[in-house]
Amino acid sequence: MNEHASSTAPPPARGVRTGPRAERLVIEGLRLSFGDNEVLKGVDLTIEPGEFFAFLGPSGSGKSTLLRAIAGFGPRPAGRILIGEEEVTAKPPWLRNVGMVFQSYALWPHMTVAKNVAFGLEERGVPKSEIAVRVRRALELVGLAEFADRRPSQLSGGQQQRVALARTLVVEPRVLLLDEPLSNLDANLRVQVRRELKQLQRRLGITTIFVTHDQEEANTTSDRMAVLEEGVIQQVGAPVELYDRPANLFVATFLGSANLIEGEVIADGGARLFSGRGGFRFPVADEEEEGRAHALFRPQTVHLGGPPGSAEEPGFFGFSGRVVRAEFLGMLVRYGIEVGGLELLVDEPHEPDRPILPEGSEVTGRIATRRIRILRA
Amino acid sequence: MNFSGRGQWGALGTGGFVLLVLLVFLVIPVAKVIYVAFQHPDTGAFTLVNFIDFFNTSLFRESFYNSLYVAAMSVVVASLIAIPLAYFTTRFRFGAAALIQTLGVIPLIMPPFVGAVAMQMIFGANGTINLLLDEYFGFTLPFMEGLNGVILVEAIHYFPFILINLSASLANIDRSVEESAQNLGSYGFRLFRRIVFPLAMPGYAAGAALVFLKVFDDLGTPLLLNVNNMLAPQAYLRISSIGITDPMGYVISVILVGFSLFSLWVSYFVTRGKDYASLEKGGGGLGKRELGPWGRLGAWAVVLLILLIVLSPHIGLLLLSFGTIWSFSVLPDAYTLEHYREVFSTAMPYITNTLIYAGLAALLDVVLATAIAYIVWRTGLPGRQILDYLGTAAVAVPGVVLGIGYLRVFHDFQVPLVDEPLASWWVIIVVALMIRRLPYALRACTAALQQVSVTLEEAALNLGAGRFRTVRRIVVPLMAGGIMAGFVTSFATAAVELSATIMLVAAESDAPVAYGIYVYMQTAAGRGPGAALGVLAVLLVGVATYFSHRFVERSREVAEADRRLAVAQGA
Repeated sequence: MNEHASSTAPPPARGVRTGPRAERLVIEGLRLSFGDNEVLKGVDLTIEPGEFFAFLGPSGSGKSTLLRAIAGFGPRPAGRILIGEEEVTAKPPWLRNVGMVFQSYALWPHMTVAKNVAFGLEERGVPKSEIAVRVRRALELVGLAEFADRRPSQLSGGQQQRVALARTLVVEPRVLLLDEPLSNLDANLRVQVRRELKQLQRRLGITTIFVTHDQEEANTTSDRMAVLEEGVIQQVGAPVELYDRPANLFVATFLGSANLIEGEVIADGGARLFSGRGGFRFPVADEEEEGRAHALFRPQTVHLGGPPGSAEEPGFFGFSGRVVRAEFLGMLVRYGIEVGGLELLVDEPHEPDRPILPEGSEVTGRIATRRIRILRA
Repeated sequence: MNFSGRGQWGALGTGGFVLLVLLVFLVIPVAKVIYVAFQHPDTGAFTLVNFIDFFNTSLFRESFYNSLYVAAMSVVVASLIAIPLAYFTTRFRFGAAALIQTLGVIPLIMPPFVGAVAMQMIFGANGTINLLLDEYFGFTLPFMEGLNGVILVEAIHYFPFILINLSASLANIDRSVEESAQNLGSYGFRLFRRIVFPLAMPGYAAGAALVFLKVFDDLGTPLLLNVNNMLAPQAYLRISSIGITDPMGYVISVILVGFSLFSLWVSYFVTRGKDYASLEKGGGGLGKRELGPWGRLGAWAVVLLILLIVLSPHIGLLLLSFGTIWSFSVLPDAYTLEHYREVFSTAMPYITNTLIYAGLAALLDVVLATAIAYIVWRTGLPGRQILDYLGTAAVAVPGVVLGIGYLRVFHDFQVPLVDEPLASWWVIIVVALMIRRLPYALRACTAALQQVSVTLEEAALNLGAGRFRTVRRIVVPLMAGGIMAGFVTSFATAAVELSATIMLVAAESDAPVAYGIYVYMQTAAGRGPGAALGVLAVLLVGVATYFSHRFVERSREVAEADRRLAVAQGA
């Protein structure tokens, strides 16, 4: 145990499980209540082997409750949770072999780093000699081999989190659960750690679920994600898919700034038109049903400028309005533009030679109608 | 904040006065006791001969071992009572939690010697339990035989120290710390042993050390149970029968003080650098687990049994105070109010004395404590920490030792005008109570002061109020809840103090309730009135404790509201 890991790329971690044994996780009709308060209202989800999956939602949406239910914590849910072929719904947490990294890391302050990591192996009755080897490998995996004899309180937040990760991975769990793993880290560290987490997950190939309320974290790390709200999965898919084609207003607004125009889809001869507040009126796909609807488009899909009239090309909706607000955000300028009593958000990329339009300026702009999404709820 | 100009002199004057009080009534008497223990009785030279004599006398050796044994076993028994109660109430969703946390404190409001005789009636050789055991099972258990009795009474009385401290520690353990162990395959007793208990260790150790210290120093309980081969009773008996020149009382005092300091040091050593509660951030706070139906049944059974044992002194005392004759029977023969009538007709002076002594002592305590807290936490006075140390150090001085010290130092000091030695003037009892209860008041006032934001004082200073006016108009009103709590705690515990009091009561007419109960309990005929007086004392302390609790709660709520206000204001 006296040789130290060199600073070059660490060798593949033997003793920590890798790819082939990754398990599929299936959740069927899961309902869970705290007393009279139903927190999960029928969740169905399949997470593929080796997938890096995110539960994204605001606080109180049920995402942490769902994660905890997978680990076996909290009230007993109705419905089924399957890991691989095995149903674990009724199993106590200590028999599930599901690894969870807690938001607070939950390192035991009365044990050294090595003791923390060894704990799960000791509970499993692994022989002492093997424990020493595996603990060392797990700590090497997270780059903390030389911190084995420290106490958790002597480590930085980022290091504590790595210990928590090593402690969980060393027992070779079937699924890895990460509860808001970046929330206790500094902003700078967060970006670095999320990259490392993703690399590690790719290397081990372990099925991983990551709970977060931060869409950027979910977007950057996950293969697919589920957006939760009020105990219901609103939409499942790859991050880019959810951003571009949100299934409903909640997903649309939760995943980033959006312009939402209230209105309705009406028949115009054989074709269909969207007609909304502020004079927004443009053709939509023929399949759209008549009735109340919202038109959604992202601030960056709107383009300012061009002479009046040029906006009236087919396939575009043009407008003119007045700048009421201009926020300089560095890489872009976010304008608030008043159009027919509505305020549109418009993002323009910022370049050094491009002046920021002053408040009160009259502007024109246009949106490609194919980039406008019609939402019903 | 630093003092300047007039304020500095005010603080210096106040601090100097407080220091003088502590020196005269705490440091000098204790130092004198220690000095005499190392002084040759004839020549006055420094010597260890007194200690050699002590350990060469078999009675003293036996007393020493007995005291150690009783203190250690009391910790064990108290732990057996407190650990399950603390664990069930803090870590599980359990209906009886509030009940236990309330009832669990009740023993503390009854001085142990008061319950001792009642315990004899229930657990003694011819007490309720053994009569029933003998009748139905044909055997008896020596619960109250000799040292067993002291251990049982002390454990039942002092276990709340462990319960309170351990509960606080357990409640501070973040849910995720326990869950992460479950997640890694640990559960049940292993989980408790490997994760939960080690994390709660600081609280447990603090409580256990306190129990050890209190039991080791206790005089009243062994005296009432007639167990005299322990250290504190030996010290008392030597001084009261042979006189204040006998060196053995001093040697015993040094040993008592030594072990008090030792147990405090152990507690400090064990808890040092282990403030685990603050390490966790975020997370779920205290998460209580659900118990299954069998688990709940078992938990209720254990808890009810423990509560029954714990409340037995109170039940016994009530029965004794209302019973006519209670001897060789499961319950008293008949019931009467006669004992209470007797108490109200003849024992009123005890009660009046108690109210005066404890009231004065508590008043002086909060005045001293407020001054010390303010000087230590809000001024830059050099050496101000000494006041805090001295004020707290009184906790390590057994009542017997303080009593002996006072007798020795103030015996020759004639109080002007009164023309009596200070050592036998009733005021010395007030002073002894004041010194002994100062740590309680100091803790309450310090906590209260720490809840008052410095910015509130600075705002007053900024608006032109002087230092003294700021303290009077801003700080003291904001501390009122804590000061009140300190007053009531000091009052309640002073009202039933026996060990220093018993040494300093010079005339029966000067005696407080605790002494009265002790005198009554000496005779079989006096047990009824003694118990009635005991019930009154328990009621007095109980009501006071309730109000103290209310004051603390209210001031905490106010402080919390203030804090929210400050946050809302962006302070």
